[in-house]
Amino acid sequence: MSWFSSTFSSSIGRKFAMALSALFLVFFLLMHLTTNMLSVFSANAFNEASHFMGTNPVVQFLLQPVLIAAVVFHFVMGFILEAKNKAARPVKYAKKDTGNATWISQNMIYSGLVILAFLVLHFIDFWVPEMNYKYIEQLPAVTDRYYGELVHKFQNPVRVVAYVIAFVLLSLHLLHGFQSSLQSSGINNKFTPGIKKFTEIYAIAIPLGFVLIAIYHFINH
Amino acid sequence: MDLKLKIWRQKNSSDQGQIVDYDIKGVSPDMSFLEMLDVLNTELIEKGDDPVAFDHDCREGICGMCSLQINGKPHGPDAAITTCQLHMRKFNDGDTIYIEPFRSRAFPVVKDLVVDRSAFDRIQHAGGYISVNTSGNTQDANAIPVNKDNADHAFDAATCIGCGACVAACKNASAMLFVSAKVSQYALLPQGQVERKKRAEQMVAQMDAEGFGACTNTGACSAECPKEISLTNIARLNREFLNSKFN
Repeated sequence: MSWFSSTFSSSIGRKFAMALSALFLVFFLLMHLTTNMLSVFSANAFNEASHFMGTNPVVQFLLQPVLIAAVVFHFVMGFILEAKNKAARPVKYAKKDTGNATWISQNMIYSGLVILAFLVLHFIDFWVPEMNYKYIEQLPAVTDRYYGELVHKFQNPVRVVAYVIAFVLLSLHLLHGFQSSLQSSGINNKFTPGIKKFTEIYAIAIPLGFVLIAIYHFINH
Repeated sequence: MDLKLKIWRQKNSSDQGQIVDYDIKGVSPDMSFLEMLDVLNTELIEKGDDPVAFDHDCREGICGMCSLQINGKPHGPDAAITTCQLHMRKFNDGDTIYIEPFRSRAFPVVKDLVVDRSAFDRIQHAGGYISVNTSGNTQDANAIPVNKDNADHAFDAATCIGCGACVAACKNASAMLFVSAKVSQYALLPQGQVERKKRAEQMVAQMDAEGFGACTNTGACSAECPKEISLTNIARLNREFLNSKFN
């Protein structure tokens, strides 16, 4: 067996690859929130940042494909691991007590599925129209259109509610997933209690930021 | 006290198996759980029925032979004990108790509550040892200085009795806590260094080949472990494996 397949077909190798994609996505969330935050303080700044992100070749043709690959990998590997883990216990217990394990740690696949459903909606909402605008219809660059598009999307209360639900699930997913990705990478030492606290604050603060921005635009426009 | 028992009965590994109800009366709160099953089996034998098969050996909490998923928990409701150390005073008169075998694809049921845990032996054979030449010149282990923290952690890991409660508790039937304890006890000591990389690689490969699931860090294993093996061992196993592959 080659080095690559013996490493990444092993349960630990797969979990490590899962952890690396998770940590990349965790960092991406911070970037995304920072951009969204600009929309609260300045329409111009948000337009400028969005225009830069939407036209910069490094972002468009390097970071964007890497991001999409990380998202797809994280979901596909999540499903593969879930299927393998389910197969490891073909006969279920008649009575099961999950003990001290948290609900979310036992149900990451379900929070992940809600996040996946949200991502589909998010792509239909923003990414597909954007790709259509730029690369298919090749419409002229309008640098100040982004803020208006964002505000327009958050006029619909159904979308805002879906947005809030998805981010609550994302928060729960991160509450277990962020620190779990560090453990899967072999990081557990004397700093772990502090790091765990940080991951928990991050897991609540980042999704809360997205939710507050959505509610802000819903209320103010 | 009087109890209603719901016990998994399965004639052999190819039988479907099912939960069978038994009423048992006059159970003493001072009995151990296994003694209660002994009483039930005596009654079954007297009636001409097949007694319930279950694993046990030392009945002192050290051999790792007893098992049983009791009311959904490996080794029952108490913490840091094996089934043989569980006493009936932990239950109330009139309780219904579910008794099932440890469930995992890698632990096939042999009969009733007895499962074949030889998958653990095969993982051990894959690397859970050190090669020592015993030709008469073996160095006294006590003569090799060992950092006190490492010695303590290695000892903690070495308290694993290989009962399989970690597999039974894990939603993925993962054996990571067991394997991590066995890898850790050598990784932390000078004697374990020579085969360090090979050990992590081969034991993990065997663990996967046996059909155990992957670790999703829920912590259920450590909480149910009768020897309270810590999750830090799993992080160490991850490090040992990744080091063996990337270093």
